[in-house]
Amino acid sequence: MNNGPIVRLVDVHKTYRTGEMEVAAVRGISLEIKRGEFVALMGASGSGKSTLMNILGCLDRPTTGHYILDGADVSGLDRDELADIRNRKIGFVFQNFNLLPRTSARENVELPLVYSAQHLTNADLRERADRVLVSVGLAGREDHHPSQLSGGQQQRVAIARALINQPEVLLADEPTGNLDSRTSVEVMAIFQQLNERGITVIMVTHEQDIAAYAKRNVMMRDGVILNDHLVSQRSDAASQLRQEHASALQPTK
Amino acid sequence: MRIAPTFNVALRALRRNKLRSVLTALGIIIGVGAVIAMVGIGNGAKAQVEAQIASLGQNVILIFSGSTTSSGIRTGWGGAGTLKIEDAEAIRREVPGVIGVSEEVVSTTQVAAGNQNWFTRIYGESADYFDIRQWPLADGAPFTSQDVRSANKVCVIGRTTATQIYGNENPIGQILRIKEVPFTITGVLTPKGLSTQGVDQDDIVIMPYTSAMKRVIGGSTLRNINVQIGDPQQLEAAQQQIISLLRQRHNIRPGRDDDFTVRNQQEIAQAATATSRVMTLLLGAIAGVSLVVGGIGIMNIMLVSVTERTREIGVRMAVGAHGSDILTQFLIEAVTLSSVGGLIGIVCGIGASKILSAYANWPTLISISSIAIAFLFSAAVGIFFGFYPARKAAALDPIEALRYE
Repeated sequence: MNNGPIVRLVDVHKTYRTGEMEVAAVRGISLEIKRGEFVALMGASGSGKSTLMNILGCLDRPTTGHYILDGADVSGLDRDELADIRNRKIGFVFQNFNLLPRTSARENVELPLVYSAQHLTNADLRERADRVLVSVGLAGREDHHPSQLSGGQQQRVAIARALINQPEVLLADEPTGNLDSRTSVEVMAIFQQLNERGITVIMVTHEQDIAAYAKRNVMMRDGVILNDHLVSQRSDAASQLRQEHASALQPTK
Repeated sequence: MRIAPTFNVALRALRRNKLRSVLTALGIIIGVGAVIAMVGIGNGAKAQVEAQIASLGQNVILIFSGSTTSSGIRTGWGGAGTLKIEDAEAIRREVPGVIGVSEEVVSTTQVAAGNQNWFTRIYGESADYFDIRQWPLADGAPFTSQDVRSANKVCVIGRTTATQIYGNENPIGQILRIKEVPFTITGVLTPKGLSTQGVDQDDIVIMPYTSAMKRVIGGSTLRNINVQIGDPQQLEAAQQQIISLLRQRHNIRPGRDDDFTVRNQQEIAQAATATSRVMTLLLGAIAGVSLVVGGIGIMNIMLVSVTERTREIGVRMAVGAHGSDILTQFLIEAVTLSSVGGLIGIVCGIGASKILSAYANWPTLISISSIAIAFLFSAAVGIFFGFYPARKAAALDPIEALRYE
């Protein structure tokens, strides 16, 4: 592990070609994210935040510019090399959870280990998956299928899947987009807790109040960074949940 | 390569969609089952034909009276009456390698004993006939060369004739009246069953050809001559010698057609087995079509499956699956469907042919090679029809796949 920034983008451009048209989705972004940061990436649709997220997640390569992840330039790697980087260093959380249907929570969580270079026995796989599921508060739900879980629980399975390979970076794309406000706070509480344990979290959102749980907000518009600032009044999801719990116990008059 | 975990993934995916997997495999089960059963029936028929041909005797040359192309008028075999007893004797005397000759005359007539009677075939033969046809007696003794020389009134009868006339009684030593001539039965032949043409070979009376010509049928010409050669290497040469000998004896000038027809048992066998081989091929080809249809079924389901699981493929790629992992997974799914289907199909095919043998009385013969070929072919069908959908899955862009609705 090196002590430099975990993520460094140097003048990254991404241009899509559709027929005759060239669309510049990202137009010269330079960005540094240090270890242990919690960044909310914001912007309206069409601002290029999804494209940037795909590049950060090694799902896509910049047209020009460099992406240095954990000290190594990954902008020139091929499909399979990028897949290995994703497997080792990045955990994904999606808006629509993207769990495998008719598959138990445990098997969903094990998924990244199937494609990892390390050879684990089935018992090892199981044990590791169960441990991560417990850490996101899903003890006893290991054998449930996604259809038997609430939205919040499904998103926690997805978070457990993202964590199983102990990634450097957790990338979340609108993680609360399909959740009600209370469940959103629960998910934010997990993110903040993980962040305190040292995991770098990068989260795309268009909701101001969700962005307030992050430490730093990056605003995008038209493919460039409009504004990059630290959050002054940060929301604390855990204490909000405690208050809510306490008020629920108050007898109503 | 991560074969073992990918194998697990593929099997889990198949288990997730049990009904669909079973229905897809059913196409292959039926295809392989049909191939096994059909080829089994074809091979069984072929083996039966071969056994019947062998029962004609080993290394036998048949000479028929009359030619199939005799001066424009076609009389049919044995019709022209051109073969004489002297011709048979000349063959016996002059052609090297001959170990048996039987002069043959044939007729059908009513035979009677006591108050029973029966319409049957009368064969006049020499004493060599039982060796030539490899047709031993079940009971009693055959007539002898002495009987032939003296045109004695003796005969042997087939099992069917014996049963029809004498029921459960022992016919040996009994008197059988043939055209009002009393013949003494010296033996009963072992049953041979039906011939390739479906004639009951046991419905027969065999007597010295001299007795048949003098006392029953009349006439002075033979229908045909059966010749047995000792060494199969000499068969071809002996056949040529018989032809030139008979042409010389019948004064046929060069350029004219023979007034007799010579066939050897190998030619007859070849013609008959060629027919049953064509039948086997035809049956196998028809069954093979259903196997191909089963393969198309696999391809269809795999394509549906790839489309339906686009998001799953996206997730797998996002968490680190290579294109080759996805390709392998879908190929394993297709090959598992087809080869498990193939194995079940083999069991079903064997079962079906056993049932056909037992109830329809069709002989079936299932060879290890047809099982192996059917299994390998079904696995190949899985690879062939699974490859395109699998490659389509592997080529997906993870971003597009994750966004797929």
